[in-house]
Amino acid sequence: MNIVEKILARASGKDRVYPDDVIFAKVDKAMVHDVSGPGVIKVFDKLKKQGIAVDNLWDPSKVWVAEDHFVPSAEKISAENIVKLQNFTKNYGIEKHFKYGMGQYGICHTISHEEAMVLPGEVYVGGDSHTNTTGALGAFACGLGHTDMAYVLLNGKIWFKVPETLYFKLNGKLPDHVMAKDLILKIIGEIGTDGGNYQTMQFGGSGIEAMSVESRLTLCNMTTEAGAKNGIVEPDQKVADYLTKRGAENITLVNGDADAEYSKLYEYESSEMEPIVAKPFSPENISVVREAPNVELDKSYIGSCTGAKYEDLEAAAKILKGRTVKIRTEILPAAISIYKRAMENGLLKIFLDAGVTVGPPTCGACCGAHMGVLAKDEICISTTNRNFPGRMGHVESQTYLSSPLVAAASAVTGKITDPRDLN
Amino acid sequence: MEQFKKINSIITPLDNVNVDTDQIVPKQFLKLVQKSGFGKYLFYNWRYDENEKPRKNFVLNDQKFLNSKILITGENFGCGSSREHAVWALQDYGFAVIIAPSFADIFYSNCFKNGILPIKLDVTNVQKLRNESDEIEVDLENQKIKTKTEEISFDIDSYRKKILLEGLDDIAQTFQFEKEISQFEKNSKIPSVL
Repeated sequence: MNIVEKILARASGKDRVYPDDVIFAKVDKAMVHDVSGPGVIKVFDKLKKQGIAVDNLWDPSKVWVAEDHFVPSAEKISAENIVKLQNFTKNYGIEKHFKYGMGQYGICHTISHEEAMVLPGEVYVGGDSHTNTTGALGAFACGLGHTDMAYVLLNGKIWFKVPETLYFKLNGKLPDHVMAKDLILKIIGEIGTDGGNYQTMQFGGSGIEAMSVESRLTLCNMTTEAGAKNGIVEPDQKVADYLTKRGAENITLVNGDADAEYSKLYEYESSEMEPIVAKPFSPENISVVREAPNVELDKSYIGSCTGAKYEDLEAAAKILKGRTVKIRTEILPAAISIYKRAMENGLLKIFLDAGVTVGPPTCGACCGAHMGVLAKDEICISTTNRNFPGRMGHVESQTYLSSPLVAAASAVTGKITDPRDLN
Repeated sequence: MEQFKKINSIITPLDNVNVDTDQIVPKQFLKLVQKSGFGKYLFYNWRYDENEKPRKNFVLNDQKFLNSKILITGENFGCGSSREHAVWALQDYGFAVIIAPSFADIFYSNCFKNGILPIKLDVTNVQKLRNESDEIEVDLENQKIKTKTEEISFDIDSYRKKILLEGLDDIAQTFQFEKEISQFEKNSKIPSVL
């Protein structure tokens, strides 16, 4: 069996499972945030009216909650949703609630790894489509709708159809100017935004082994943009060390068998990789950065679960050190722990010296909700994950998706720029 | 949920592929969690201009389709976010059936939780139906779509079919068997999961 089949077999109490088997799996961890949480509450209210008891969750210690989409609250409905969420966790005895303005908090997918909320081999579901991110820790991680999340919170289980696995093999270490973001954009460009529909996208090979855990998180994060059920990397010592450093114990590294089967193999050579952007209005609409349209940018955005991990900020700092930005540039570390490390290691000073505005962790501008949305006709280069019409603001604004290196280099020139071409 | 009856309606054609959840319900409406009323936000940016006036060339603003209950569209409908608001909006607007060559996974699953029937058909049949201007009938029980001139069969998982036909709710459905489930749990050999 491959790693996903192994995880799902264990979770469903079977000796082995095959793609297309429908299984009922025990869930190890579950997460909701300030959009899916109120959604779940709504489902609970409906169930209550039907006479179904919703007084207790299956296991409040396995549920955790993030405040990320609408914090800091820009208006009263968002503020009320946070209150609703806080009452919810209080009433149900959920202790792991990462609150805005109270120490560690951040984007839910970032918290999942920064706080070691999920371990290798676990089944982890979240009320957000980018829950796939956490598969980089060697877990089966996928997003669910509000009704399914409500079901999981009450029962601790959910059914899955065992997905087929697409295997993406990267040979050789990526060159310095190329990041995991470039690879995943290239892959999505090749297979399309439905290329992974209800399939696992697994990443392996020497290039992935050489990658940091954070780079692998970027890869798994954007499997969502290919429609994948989940993304996964087999966990190694790097993952174990990463999680141990963040307080995790009893880590078991699950791996696929030597004779594991995959439905399709894609192979990439690191030496042939180049910086990539996805042009408006789809993550599959890719171009090599050096051949990207010569547009005047209005903004560079380095933020989100995809592109504001510590390593992403380091990449941006490498470019911005001693340089000045030419366009409006915002950097929003994806969690307070990352913000703090950026401060301790001097990255914030580099950013502020370059003229960048540094903001608090939030999904705000990535989903066009608040905290720096785009005006009509504005063009943004962004380390985020989606560039559908209106995703980051006005429906006639445009977003190019890129790596933090490219977003930072473009901030300096005001044009879409390959980091190798900076003076 | 209400029981899913035969649907007789004309078809609203939305000729786009990869329609994502940001287009179905834009982000500014995600913070609303009232029980109903999401229909007015459906395809908001396509339906209304900056001054919130209906855009004349958008299909939902064509009076002809005002009472249509069937939406036909392109591949990978519902891609993007897991927001269930997307399905709430379609349902509240009045759509009961969505026909497309393919759907995004989370969206497809969310449909059944809210009484919407998503039908996957091959591109040729989708094309044929897209050009159908008369009323058609969608018969879930017999898994058939009937036009004046022909019948097209469609596949659906039998459990999900039952859920819709009987108006069951996934969760309510499970709780009907609460006793049996806890009995099974007690006797189950499934090891407890760490």
